[in-house]
Amino acid sequence: MLNAEKRKTILLLIPVALILIGYVLYPSIETMLESFKKNGVFSLQNYQDFFGAKSAANFEALWNSVYISLLSVFFSALIGVPLAFVFNRYDFPGRQFFSNIAIMPIVLPSLVGVMAFMFLYGEAGLVPNAIKDILHLENVPFSIGGISGILIVHAYTMYPYFYMTTSSALNNLDPSLEEAAFNLGSSRFKVFWKVTFPLLTPGLVAASLLVFMVSMASFSAPFLLAGGYRVLSLQIYFSKINGDLEMAATQSVILSVVSISFLLFMRWYQGRKDYRMASKGIGAHRSEVNNPLLKWSMVTLGIIAMIVLLLPHVTLLVLSLVPEGAWTWQTYPTAFSLENFKLLFEDPNIWDPVKHSLIMSFLACFGVFIFGIITSYALVKRKFIGKNLLDILVMIPWALPATVVGMNLILAFNEPSVFSFGKILVGTFWILPLAYFVRFLPLVVRSTNAVLEQMDDSIEEAAQNLGAKWFYTFRRVVIPIIMPGVLSGTLLAFVQAVGEFPTSVLLYTLGNRPISIEIMNQLRMFNLGQAAAYGMIQVGLIAIVMFIAYRFFGVKTENTL
Amino acid sequence: MSTVHLSEITKQFGSVEAVKKLELTIKEGEFFTFLGPSGCGKTTTLRMIAGFYYPTKGKVKFNEKDMTTVPPEKRNTGMVFQNYALFPHMTVFENVAFGLKVRKVSKAEIKKRVEEVLKKVRLDQYIERQVSQLSGGQQQRVALARALVIEPDILLLDEPLSNLDARLRDEMRAEILRLQREYGITTIYVTHDQVEALSMSDRIAVFNFGECQQVGTPTEIYNEPVNDFVAEFIGETNLLPIQFEQKTENQIIYHSEQLNGAVHVQNTTGNIAKHEESDALLMSIRPEAIMVSTEELTGENVFSGTVELVQFTGAAVHTTVMVNNSIKIQTTGLNQGPSTYLKAGTTVYVKLPADQIRVVPKAKE
Repeated sequence: MLNAEKRKTILLLIPVALILIGYVLYPSIETMLESFKKNGVFSLQNYQDFFGAKSAANFEALWNSVYISLLSVFFSALIGVPLAFVFNRYDFPGRQFFSNIAIMPIVLPSLVGVMAFMFLYGEAGLVPNAIKDILHLENVPFSIGGISGILIVHAYTMYPYFYMTTSSALNNLDPSLEEAAFNLGSSRFKVFWKVTFPLLTPGLVAASLLVFMVSMASFSAPFLLAGGYRVLSLQIYFSKINGDLEMAATQSVILSVVSISFLLFMRWYQGRKDYRMASKGIGAHRSEVNNPLLKWSMVTLGIIAMIVLLLPHVTLLVLSLVPEGAWTWQTYPTAFSLENFKLLFEDPNIWDPVKHSLIMSFLACFGVFIFGIITSYALVKRKFIGKNLLDILVMIPWALPATVVGMNLILAFNEPSVFSFGKILVGTFWILPLAYFVRFLPLVVRSTNAVLEQMDDSIEEAAQNLGAKWFYTFRRVVIPIIMPGVLSGTLLAFVQAVGEFPTSVLLYTLGNRPISIEIMNQLRMFNLGQAAAYGMIQVGLIAIVMFIAYRFFGVKTENTL
Repeated sequence: MSTVHLSEITKQFGSVEAVKKLELTIKEGEFFTFLGPSGCGKTTTLRMIAGFYYPTKGKVKFNEKDMTTVPPEKRNTGMVFQNYALFPHMTVFENVAFGLKVRKVSKAEIKKRVEEVLKKVRLDQYIERQVSQLSGGQQQRVALARALVIEPDILLLDEPLSNLDARLRDEMRAEILRLQREYGITTIYVTHDQVEALSMSDRIAVFNFGECQQVGTPTEIYNEPVNDFVAEFIGETNLLPIQFEQKTENQIIYHSEQLNGAVHVQNTTGNIAKHEESDALLMSIRPEAIMVSTEELTGENVFSGTVELVQFTGAAVHTTVMVNNSIKIQTTGLNQGPSTYLKAGTTVYVKLPADQIRVVPKAKE
C-alpha cells in the first residue's frame, strides 16, 4: 500500500535526487570517464603518464600537496590550540575582545588574504622593506614566497579551525571532570594529559582532517605565491589552460581520491567514539590571572596577536586608497585618494565584476536556501531506501577540492546534456552560479541537519494531531524552527561565494567575471590599488552580510563553521 | 465524544510484533489507562489511535466510523506528548491557538476560546510568555490546554507526568482528572506508573509483550489479577509456585514446596483465577493481607520463620520474614508506634488468610 506518507517522501525526493544526480554525480562520472580516454579512445595511458617517469612533475605535485598539507596542519594546530587555551581558560583584561579578533582571518576571502600577505611580506612587501630601511640593510631581510609563503598563509587562514574547535570543546568540557581528577589526587600535569587532552582529541582530529583537506584543495595561495613550486590543484589548472582536458581529468580523479578517502576516514573516526557529555548545565570556568607579570604578558600576547591578525586587513584598506600609478617602482605608495572607489560608480567596466559577483552569489544562495531545506528535511526526517547514498552525494562537493568541482562541471557541460536542457553551459553566464550552488549546497545541508536533528519528531506530530496538514506544518512549524540553521548555512555560502576564486578561474567568461577574477587581472596589470579596492569590497560585503545576519536573525558567524 | 473500538489490531515493525491481536473497547467519557512496562506496546497502540502508525492488521473505529487509515490531522484527537512537544518559536497563546487557526476559526473566537481554556488550566496570566520561559508543570498545562481547546473527540495522554517531580506530579494528576471530568472527554492515558493508573482511571488495560493481559477497574486489577504478571506488576506481592492437591467442600488445597506445606485457598472466583488444567500455578498474596505475630497463630496456612529485615517508611512498616530458611515473605503493617516494631532475628508466625490468597496461572509469552 502506497500511503500518504510514502507519497510525500517520494515527492520530496524527486527534486533532490534530480539535482544531486544531474549536478554532482553525473559531472563526477564524466570526469572519471574522461580520465580513461586518450585522444578519445579508452586507455589507462593517462594514469601511466601520471605515475610514470615521463612526467615526474605530476607525481612531485601530488607529493608536494600532501607535504604542504601535513605541515599546514602542524602549524595551524601550533597556533590555534594554545591561543584557544589562553583565551578560554584565563581571564585577563581585554580577553573577550582578543578572542573576537582571533577569528578575523575567516572574513578574508582566500585570494584577498594571499594578496594582502604579498603586499605585506613579499619581496616588494611593506614589512621587509620597512625593516631594510630602518636598519639600513643592503637587501630585504626576508620575504615570503614558494613553500614558506604558502605555509604562512595556510597557517594564518586555517588556524581558526583549530582555535574554534578547541574553544568549543573547552567550553563544553564539564569542569567537574577535571575537579574529579584533582579530587582523586592527580597533579595538574596528569589531569591535563589524562583527562583534558583525551577529551579534546575528537575535535582536534576533526580539525586536523579539515585543515588537511582544505590545504590539499588550496588554490589561491599556490597560484599567487608558488613561483615554480608545483602542487596538484594548480597542475589541474595548468593542464586545463594548456587544453589537455584528459590529463586534467586524471589529475582531478587522483586529487578526489585523496580528499574523499580523508572524508571517509573522518566520518569513520567520528562515528567510532562517543565523547558527548552526559551532564547538563555546564558553565565555563576561567581562572582569573592574578600574578601581574603573567597578566600583562598575556595582554601583550593578545595585543601582538591582534596586530599580526589585523595587519592584512589594515594593509588592504590602506592600499585600496592608492590610485593607479602611485605605487609602481617606489618602495612605498606615494599618494592616497578615494579614486579607486569613485571609479566603481563611474566606470562600468570596473563596476561590472561587483555586479556579477552579487547577482551570482544571490542566485546561488537562493538555490542552496531552497534545496538545502528540502534536502536536509528529506535526509533527517524521512525514511527511504538509498538514504546513505544520498547523504554521501550531498557531501561530495564539500569533500572535493574546488578545482575538481570546476573540472567536473566543465567536462559535464561542455556538451549538451539533459541536465542543461540540451544546451552547452560552459562559456555561458549560468555555469558560475551553478558551480557556486553545487559547491555550497553542503554547507546549508550540514547546518540545517544539525538543527533538524535537534527537533523532536513529536513537534511535527503535535501539529498534525491538532489538525494541520503536512504542508501547513512544514511552513508554520518546521521552517520557523530550523530557520537559524538554514540562515547560518546560507550566510556562510554567501560569504564564500563572494570571495570564490578556484572554480571561477576555471569557468568565468567576460560576461560573468566576478570580483576575484578582476583582482587577478588588476594584479597582472600591477594596478595594486584597484586590486586592493576590490578586496575591500569583498570584505565589506561579507561584513555587511554578517552584521545583518547577526543583528536581525541572531546568527553568529563563528557558529557557522 | 466518541467510543474507541480496536478490533484484532496487530502492528509489526520489521519482524517484531509490537502489538498482537489486540481487542479493546473504550466507552464514551471514560478515563481509560494503558499500563505496562516500557516496550510493552502501549505507546504503539496510542499512536495507532492518534493515526501516527497504521495497524498491520485490524481496524480502529471511533463510534462506528472506521478510522484505520485516516491521517492524524483528520481524526480530531487531542494528544499530549511525553515531552509536551510545544512549538518553541511560539508564545503560549500561539501554541494554544494553533489548532483553532488550522480549523479556520475566526480571530475573535480564537481569542475567546484560548483565554477560556487557559483560565481553566490556570495559566491566564502567562498568555504572552514564550514557552521556554515556563516551568515544567506550566509547560505541561499549556500542552493540555492546546489539546483541549480544539474540543477533541478523544484526549490522548502519553506519559504526560513522567518528566515532572513527585510533588508536581500529584498536583497535575488532580488537575488532569478535574479537567477530564469537566469536559467529559473520552480519555486514553498511557503510563508505566501503577499509582497513577490506580488512582485516576475508570478502567485499566495492563499490557505486556504487546498483548493486553487484563482489562478491568483498578480494584479488579489489584484484587483479582488474571495472571502472575499482572499480580506482580500492580502493587507489591508475594508470588510462590504451587501444585494442586485436593478439593474440599469450599476450599482447594495446594502444596507449596518452598513453604513445605499445604496452602488452603477459598474456592471462589475472587480467589481462584480462570486457568487451564495444564497451566503452571502460582499463589499471590499482598503483603498487607498477611498476619504476623510473635505468638503462635492457629488455623490453616500458618508458617513459622525469623524476621530478616524491618523497614520503616512512615505510614507503613515493612517486615521481611524468612520462612523455611529459603523463602522471603514480605509483610506490611500500618505504623502503630515503636513498641510494635519487630526486631531482626525474632522468631515469628505468619498467617496467609485463605480468603486473601489469589491463585493465578503463569503468564504466557
